[in-house]
Amino acid sequence: MKLTIQVNEGPYQHQSADTAYHFAKAALEKGHEIFRIFFYHDGVNNGTRLTTPPQDDRNIVARWTELAQAHDIDMVVCVAAAQRRGIVDEGEAERNGKDATNIAPGFRISGLGQLVEGGIQSDRLIVFGD
Amino acid sequence: MSDTKKFLFINRKAPYGTIYAWESLEVVLISAAFEQDVSLAFMDDGVYQLLKGQDTSGIGMKNFSPTYSALGDYEITKIYVEKESLEERGLTLDDLQHLVWEDEDEDYAEKDSIRLVSRAELGDVMAEQDVLFNF
Amino acid sequence: MSILHLVNKSPYENSNLNSAAAIMKSDDTLLLIEDGVYAAVKSGTASAKIAGHKVSVLGPDLAARGISEDKLVDGVAVIDYAGFVDLVETNDKVQSWL
Repeated sequence: MKLTIQVNEGPYQHQSADTAYHFAKAALEKGHEIFRIFFYHDGVNNGTRLTTPPQDDRNIVARWTELAQAHDIDMVVCVAAAQRRGIVDEGEAERNGKDATNIAPGFRISGLGQLVEGGIQSDRLIVFGD
Repeated sequence: MSDTKKFLFINRKAPYGTIYAWESLEVVLISAAFEQDVSLAFMDDGVYQLLKGQDTSGIGMKNFSPTYSALGDYEITKIYVEKESLEERGLTLDDLQHLVWEDEDEDYAEKDSIRLVSRAELGDVMAEQDVLFNF
Repeated sequence: MSILHLVNKSPYENSNLNSAAAIMKSDDTLLLIEDGVYAAVKSGTASAKIAGHKVSVLGPDLAARGISEDKLVDGVAVIDYAGFVDLVETNDKVQSWL
């Protein structure tokens, strides 16, 4: 199956980011393809590289980065949602006059069309949220 | 056409208390550019999104309710509203915005976009779709 | 065209389970995940809502919450994330009751 996964909530606050991750991992282990993971609403907060979670607990952001890099997964953070919540890459910093960037490796910022395209191109869309 | 899918955007949350109603509408508007068969469903607290007369000046938030009336221009002509959800909340169709679209095949005649359906009928609509969006 | 319904909230917290159960068809499957797993506990009043439906529950979420499988309603299938993936594949689409 070709899958698109939508993550609507940020790391730690809700279990959705965790469930989405474990689901994605299981799908890959079964040989399925992940077309895209799209982060929307507070889900964009999965894409900041500035988290310092406690050592004895899972590092959600790092886990996403590792998964994306190991399997070449397209992880997209919605630009409109990111602008509202302050997830910034070089391009956004320049365009919007921000003095810093915070996007984590493996994530890219792009438009809502990427989610719609995911729905079109994939066999299944699975939404994880509140 | 293998590339045209039936998309249903399901709205179950009230507006303003959370951002889901507005941010889901943003996806709907973008989807129009992709020429898929797009429908919207409003059920449970989602029916509140369509109430007339929203005035957000006191809460200092942007009133996005006028956007619903633009849906017709985006060729979104199928807006399902669940009967039971309205009734539970003491609402009727009259409490909701009158949403229309213009049928260019009939001299741009104005037609109602809102289709009042029962829970069971909405279940049938859901079963016919290819992709279900939830926010 | 069967639907896999996901419910991730406790039935005692909100009415998502009610909405899912009211609209589900006989071919559909309900998968309880995260806080949704509480609905499958036999001794709870909400367990009546899932009667008559095809129900699965995510085992890791049960274990995390200290719910042993013997406490569950009869006929509920306990699955893992791999089983979750299989359910997505065997149903035509997924409805997340958020």
